[in-house]
Amino acid sequence: MDFEDSPEEAAFRAEVRAWLDANAKPKVRREAGDPLDERSDPDLMAKARAWQKIKADKGYARITWPKGMGGIGGTPMQSIIFGQEESKYDVPAGAPFAIGLGMCIPTLMAYCGDEVKQRYVRPAVEGSEIWCQLFSEPAGGSDVAALKTRAVKDGGGWTINGSKIWTTGAQFSDYGLLLARTDPTVPKHKGLTMFYLSMKTPGVEVRPIKQASGASGFNEIFFTDVKIPDSQRVGDVGQGWQVALTTLMHERLAVGGGQGGGIDVPQLLQLARGLELEDGPAIRNAAVREKIADWYVRSAGLKYTTLRTMTALSRGQQPGPEASIAKVVVASKLQDLCGFAMELEGEAGVETGPDAPMQGIFQTGWLSAPGLRIAGGTDEILRNIIAERVLGLPGDIRVDKDVPFNEVPTGR
Amino acid sequence: MNFDFSDEQKQIKDQARRFLSEKCTTRTVRKLYDGGARYDAALWKQIAEMGWTGTAIPEEFGGLGLGYLELCVVAEELGRALAPVPFSSTVYLFAEAVLAAGSEEQKRRLLSGVASGETIGCLARAEAPGAVLPKNMRTTLKGGKLSGTKIAVTDGMDAHYAVVLARASEEGGERGLQLALADLNGAGVTRKPVASIDPSRGACDIVFDGADAEPLGKTGEGWQTANRVLDRAAVLLAFEQVGGADVCLAMAKEYAMTRYAFGRRIASFQAIKHKLADMYILNELARSNAYYGAWALSTNARELPLAAAAARIAATQAFDYAAKENTQTHGGIGFTWEADCHFYYKRSRQLGLALGPQRVWKDRLVSELELSNAA
Repeated sequence: MDFEDSPEEAAFRAEVRAWLDANAKPKVRREAGDPLDERSDPDLMAKARAWQKIKADKGYARITWPKGMGGIGGTPMQSIIFGQEESKYDVPAGAPFAIGLGMCIPTLMAYCGDEVKQRYVRPAVEGSEIWCQLFSEPAGGSDVAALKTRAVKDGGGWTINGSKIWTTGAQFSDYGLLLARTDPTVPKHKGLTMFYLSMKTPGVEVRPIKQASGASGFNEIFFTDVKIPDSQRVGDVGQGWQVALTTLMHERLAVGGGQGGGIDVPQLLQLARGLELEDGPAIRNAAVREKIADWYVRSAGLKYTTLRTMTALSRGQQPGPEASIAKVVVASKLQDLCGFAMELEGEAGVETGPDAPMQGIFQTGWLSAPGLRIAGGTDEILRNIIAERVLGLPGDIRVDKDVPFNEVPTGR
Repeated sequence: MNFDFSDEQKQIKDQARRFLSEKCTTRTVRKLYDGGARYDAALWKQIAEMGWTGTAIPEEFGGLGLGYLELCVVAEELGRALAPVPFSSTVYLFAEAVLAAGSEEQKRRLLSGVASGETIGCLARAEAPGAVLPKNMRTTLKGGKLSGTKIAVTDGMDAHYAVVLARASEEGGERGLQLALADLNGAGVTRKPVASIDPSRGACDIVFDGADAEPLGKTGEGWQTANRVLDRAAVLLAFEQVGGADVCLAMAKEYAMTRYAFGRRIASFQAIKHKLADMYILNELARSNAYYGAWALSTNARELPLAAAAARIAATQAFDYAAKENTQTHGGIGFTWEADCHFYYKRSRQLGLALGPQRVWKDRLVSELELSNAA
């Protein structure tokens, strides 16, 4: 048991470091901020695209993909090593490309012909075209298959009407992977079909959503009589749910950096050291110490769980299901820890922004935490997933399973 | 990255599981609950014959000289099986104290008996309910004679030797403290069995009245040595706790999958599914912390005190939650003497208190964070 690279991993790490040294500058400091704040910054986007292109040319943009497609046909472990090393350099995070490369493009690769792959894979991996995923709807969040956006056969093509919501990055996306209902008279999972479309197609309108935290990372998308050709269908008519499951399966293994925006025990420790409570320094208060220890144990547990997952990958094994616990732990820990920190700050805890205590990081974290507990699978859905897929407990009883979609009660 | 046990270590673990699934079922535990012995002597003998008691004891002192990672995998299996034997007292506490503070001669004299299973040992610290602190240590060692009272000593009734935290000089605080080695069958030792929260892990109060005892290590080092031993034991016990917690999850799952209510398996209710998912989450967090503790223990890493505290807290929380919610999942039947649920409920509490409560370990953890943060 140790934390060392295998000789092959060490050699690859050295290679990556040498390449990064030649192509980027080391990072100066780590920033804490709102993990859900992805406000589009034109400058940042240009930089991100440029860096993505450099990586794609070298084969580091998507290490596990074949050569010529932005990869080197590498192992998942090599991909992790690259990510670890890249995070030490002052380069733009690859966030704008993550959904396209992690979910949309692999779906096209699985279901589309060579012509489509030739056209879309390379621009996506180089960062010149960005993709978003158009699944969730106002009436279909956790229950994605309850979506209502209609695709109606119209001569040789399809006409789309409806709306999508919570779409990350739609405001700067060129293409979207769209799940729509093509037959409302069959049960909900059977009447869906997958398409892709240009976000510039007439009738597509993107509106940013202002979040409760004040930031805007998500969007609402409206489709009004949007016409797309049948050649933009992905998979068979009525096969949309299976295609969507492929997309969701390709969700990246959540290995590496936390999702807590860099707000964790070290920051709470720093606060407690500088703060005076009713009975003396906060760091000497038994209740404060118990809380710090509780959250430390969770953070450390997640950190070492990640190392266990990486070990399986390093040994060429399939990782165990333990990686599935990360988000549900991180999101509620962030909410509780930030709330407790504000409690320690007392009346001053209401102050937000850069002039607030500790530059307001706990207020920022607390404001973004409700979103983290919902986005990408709610706490409740994630517990269902652990219960069903990891522990093998029965799925929920679905009263709408065999009912034609247009007869399913909707409560309105 | 190589943060897992080796194939050889996993093999030892598999062997241990096979052996215990045959020799130590919950019926073995139940026998102790229903009266008579305080531990299963036949099982203890077989465990010693397998060499487990000498796993980490160097060969020169009669052990197998394998190592602590091997001991960790054995510990997890003992925890799964709720093995009613004085393993932790003898191997994690007594032998570790001798290894940490004993002279060459003491190690030679005492450790081969541990390895062979002939010697049972224990560690005696607490003298009253509440905090165990240097200022509360009233037991004295003067001119080779030990006097004072130690309470809630796990396996104390059956131990041949006790390592006792005692005051050996007039100096206050830590500076006067000393570890002493006492022969519990000698004159001046009175042992009184106490009813233990876990009847399969016996405990006693011990009164020393001028009993013969020898120093183990130097005066002034007793408190710190004891803490070092506790760190090591915390990692090993964390594996027992993780093992027990995993069994609770498996039991709860099996019951929920077969029990029907309101026309369906209770495992199909989200109230049960989410409870079991939470058990899984805590168990995995505990396992990962325990692995890090195992690494720190096996390499004598500088991080051991922090890793041990984290392993201890995570494992105590996981076993506590798993044991009580396993009982809850079983409903009324889980609260009967006939069901096995209460064995785990009681063992989880026994293990959670044996090396000191969470409060103390949390405080130690934060002290370590303060130190590492200041450096």
